[in-house]
Amino acid sequence: MNITVIHERKQATEHIQFAGKSVFELLQKINVSSEAVIVVRNNDVLTENDLLNDNDEIQLLSVISGG
Amino acid sequence: MACHKCAEKAVIALQHGELCKNHFLSYFEEKVFTTITKHDLLNRKDTIGIAASGGKDSLTVLYLTKKFLKKNQFPSHFFALIIDEGIAGYREHTLKDLETFCKKQQIELKKVSFREAWGVTLDEAHPKINKDTKKKPCTICGVWRRSLLNRHAREAGATKLVTGHNLDDEAQAILMNMFKANVGLAASLGPKSGIEEREGFVPRVKPLYFCTEKETRLYAFLKGFTVNFAECPNAREGFRMAIRDFLNDFEGRYKGTKQGIVNSFLEILPLLKEKARQDTAHPQACERCGEPARQMVCQACALQEVLHAP
Repeated sequence: MNITVIHERKQATEHIQFAGKSVFELLQKINVSSEAVIVVRNNDVLTENDLLNDNDEIQLLSVISGG
Repeated sequence: MACHKCAEKAVIALQHGELCKNHFLSYFEEKVFTTITKHDLLNRKDTIGIAASGGKDSLTVLYLTKKFLKKNQFPSHFFALIIDEGIAGYREHTLKDLETFCKKQQIELKKVSFREAWGVTLDEAHPKINKDTKKKPCTICGVWRRSLLNRHAREAGATKLVTGHNLDDEAQAILMNMFKANVGLAASLGPKSGIEEREGFVPRVKPLYFCTEKETRLYAFLKGFTVNFAECPNAREGFRMAIRDFLNDFEGRYKGTKQGIVNSFLEILPLLKEKARQDTAHPQACERCGEPARQMVCQACALQEVLHAP
């Protein structure tokens, strides 16, 4: 499926193609720690077990901030 | 995935189960209020300064300190205190967020800058001080920030200084001190900072002590606090960042790692504090500025001397 990932920390957008189904699998594929981001779809917060849909747009809000 | 307390959709998976938005918000607030009460962080007679930056931790701790005081009908006067270090491209953004938040929440905000206090910004001071001492910007910033927070909190009558330090900050600090064999510094950690009461020193307390960084960011997001992503450009240089990434990797694989580190540390903290009380010199007043110091001249004044050396 095709997923658009918006990285808050990198201020970048990435288009991903992957064969997985869950948020957990997506984070593994793009090598992002689940502890370092809040995953948001259409303003709803997702957990690692939530399933993704083709053409989803996912925001990764950075947990890390400050100095 | 559904909340383990109701049928609503979960927003976070914790070690003990998933929680929906409402149950997470209650869980988080209860954890903060219990920390304040159990560790005796605030009392009815306190005047409270809240160290703020405009990031998720400080907005959350400002909001929840205010809520705690109201809920418990504490008559305490409280105010937010921000130190503007003068870090271009960073502090001006978080300061704006903080001003907006404080105005909306009707919280008094006091601002102090490095330029007012030391005559220079951090960006200006670092190259000169680094040239002579090799000190990194985070070291200079930390020393000057702590000095100004203490001085201005005390001058405004504060008997406690609330900070937004969270479980991640503490777990990182514990490991950093362990890796560098800084037992004396480790003794200053805990929900209440410091080793002993010192004249002129405003005790620092950490209501978010048992909240992870992820929980705090989620709380701020779900409450609708405006937190624009901002990372200090100097932070990328730090040893702390390597520890943070290591801990996040481990926590992802073994939930509860950070909590385990902090809980284990709290078991031995009384012994560390006792040892530090016996080993360290009795605090005195800096002969230059009068702030509490363990040497004749405090670290903040020592850095100033380097800055103004010919």
